[in-house]
Amino acid sequence: MNGLTKRFGSVVANNAVDLTLHRGEVLALLGENGAGKTTLMNMLFGHYMPDEGTVDVADDAGALHPLMLGHPQAALAAGIGMVHQHFTLAENLNALDNIVLGSEPLRMLKRDRVGARAKIARIMEHTGLQAQLDVPVGKMSVGERQRVEILKALYRDVRILVLDEPTAVLTPQEADTLFDSIVAMTREGLSVIFISHKLREVLAFSHRIAVLRHGEKVGEIATDEADERVIARMMVGADTPETPRSELPPGAPVLQLKNLSVAGRSKRDSLEDVTLTVHQHEILGIAGVSGNGQSALAGVISGLNQPTGGTLTVDETAIANPTPRKMIHAGVGRIPEDRHHDGIVGAMSVAENMVIERLDEPGVQANGLLKRDAIRANADRLAADYDVRGPGVTARARLLSGGNIQKLILARVFEQNPKLILANQPTRGLDMGAAAEVARRLLEARTRGAGIVLISEDLDEVLSLADRIMVIHDGALIEANSRDREHIGLMMAGELT
Amino acid sequence: MDILQILLSESFWAASLRIATPLIFGVLGALLCEKTGVLNLGIEGIFAAGAMAGWMAVWLGAGLWGGVLVAALAGAFFGLIHAILTVPLGLSQHVSGLGVTMFATSVSYFTYRTALPNVSSPPRIEPFQPLDVPLLSDLPFLGPVLFQQTALTWLAILMVGLVWYVLNRTPLGVALQAVGDNPDSVDAQGLSVYGLRIGAVVAGSALMALGGAFLTMSAFDAFFFGMVNGRGWVCIALVIFASWKPGKALLGALLFGAFDALQVRLQTEVGALLPGQVFLMAPYILSIIALVVAARKADYPRALLTPWFKGQR
Repeated sequence: MNGLTKRFGSVVANNAVDLTLHRGEVLALLGENGAGKTTLMNMLFGHYMPDEGTVDVADDAGALHPLMLGHPQAALAAGIGMVHQHFTLAENLNALDNIVLGSEPLRMLKRDRVGARAKIARIMEHTGLQAQLDVPVGKMSVGERQRVEILKALYRDVRILVLDEPTAVLTPQEADTLFDSIVAMTREGLSVIFISHKLREVLAFSHRIAVLRHGEKVGEIATDEADERVIARMMVGADTPETPRSELPPGAPVLQLKNLSVAGRSKRDSLEDVTLTVHQHEILGIAGVSGNGQSALAGVISGLNQPTGGTLTVDETAIANPTPRKMIHAGVGRIPEDRHHDGIVGAMSVAENMVIERLDEPGVQANGLLKRDAIRANADRLAADYDVRGPGVTARARLLSGGNIQKLILARVFEQNPKLILANQPTRGLDMGAAAEVARRLLEARTRGAGIVLISEDLDEVLSLADRIMVIHDGALIEANSRDREHIGLMMAGELT
Repeated sequence: MDILQILLSESFWAASLRIATPLIFGVLGALLCEKTGVLNLGIEGIFAAGAMAGWMAVWLGAGLWGGVLVAALAGAFFGLIHAILTVPLGLSQHVSGLGVTMFATSVSYFTYRTALPNVSSPPRIEPFQPLDVPLLSDLPFLGPVLFQQTALTWLAILMVGLVWYVLNRTPLGVALQAVGDNPDSVDAQGLSVYGLRIGAVVAGSALMALGGAFLTMSAFDAFFFGMVNGRGWVCIALVIFASWKPGKALLGALLFGAFDALQVRLQTEVGALLPGQVFLMAPYILSIIALVVAARKADYPRALLTPWFKGQR
């Protein structure tokens, strides 16, 4: 890839990026969110048309040919396959149809399902990637969908495989199995580029690492010569401060769930007989693969879901029929999973969003009229304290970047000195600086005496922040007695109880 | 009882199938469009266009099948307008569809009036005659019901099988179903989202127009203003009732046809007791009830109503 540049309006997503991939090599592409990794790969695969630059792809004999850009068809023909971060699967079709889709000419009057099955069976056997072919993709777990997505790329006889965050939704074991099969395939000449945020797997499975920052390639290093510190410095451009944490004895319980159940529409958003206690000065980490009941748990604690059985006690007060208002008044601060959708009202101003949970308080309104000056002053102070950057506190909240939206929410939550904080995926999608800020604020609240429920799919985050860890699987919560990755990983897969 | 007599009569079932025929075409056409993610509310106008174009072609001297072809082309033309507005340009499918309905209806009426400025009673053509299949037509009961229908009714039933086969047994059908669920899946496999959607809307609109052509070339022998009379909207509801499955679409159209045939007969039987409008409403009310029951479980194409743009991911 030579000098690839892509602009979206005035934003330069990639600036003159050169990248070389050798046969049989695993290249890890690293960078913070918004560094331009996915954009670069989307140009390689033809989803985006680059504004400048060329790509040359070697044929079987090793001769380089220029690739016609902007057409996925051309990329597929050149032997490039891509596994997208957001699965490109049709949920109403079964795995077989999804894998074969597009490989047979559309004018054919019949389909060769027998031949396709045989070929997929060969690939499965070869790679160890298994999936049920006759089940609609909509009914599959995310792990299985991921395997279907990869099988789909391999079915096209690719020589270059691009994987965009392939392990984001997998348990550690599933991720390791996946990489083992990928490494095995590279021995037969497959070349792989993978994008990841997880330094651990980058160090374990890649041969070479390329780092992007602000759309430019800022460095390349052989994996043998790299360690986490070196890579992190390349990604951020500076050392990230480690957040110090002090040993604090847990205080009185602030949240107790006893035999709590939630009947959601599906197994994915149900809870079964969950019992947990969170104390003051304590961060309880909830680890698990997404879709195992996290949303139901978060829903109950934030007052959005009604329990169908069991009791919920906040700070010694039992709360029957929880509503968001009751939970806020009980001293619960909520950092929602989908910050754009559930965390802010995008059409309202930053200042209004900062007081939106306490519109009935005298400091915010008098006689039913908003105190606009007080709201504005409050927002100016919070924006400075929490470093919320953007077009100003009177601008609409949706204009803020993801990291600044999260800071807005942090300001709103922490300013109330909540007794209990529900942090659901608080650092997902944030760059390292913003994520470190979230971690620092959570630890600060812990020191102050709050109890925190930290729900995260990032096991490393749970391990580094939590005082106690529980694993959620299939709507049930189990205390993890070990902080061993392997052990917790097996629990996340439901293989250990 | 009277109702029992009606239900057992040959003429009732023959009428049900006859009334269902335009709906079968319409519901299949709407299904094909929606399966790829495009709602086509142009259907009501496309019915009118098909009815007018088919009839006029025959009146001007084309053969009956020539008329059917002209009707299909007229439908395809208005479908193409809707497809271009909603697929590459991504405009609101509701607004565009309603616009196409108004446009197609007006163009049809205008063409008719321009061609025949001074006619008070609409000119007639020689319509399709019932197909007389030797032996089978003489069967008791089944003979009159099934084998004395016109060729267009048979074409409609054939189309059910054809649409089912294409959707479920060909690579094209898999791609059509995929583009209605997740257009990215099709794009990532190097197929054209726009091509598939435009093609499906054009083909679906041609099918709808055949439903209109049945009205002027088989059910009646002339073109009247207002003759489509809401059949297109019924088809839109029937697609949901059918949960986007061709077989169920046939069933839904037949049910509606049966309700309609029943109300005409009940009207003459017990017309003294209730005003006639009650009976006219009955099929629609029953369809709403059937819809309420069926729609809860309906399998909506996930990408229905959602435009997709290349290079925006």
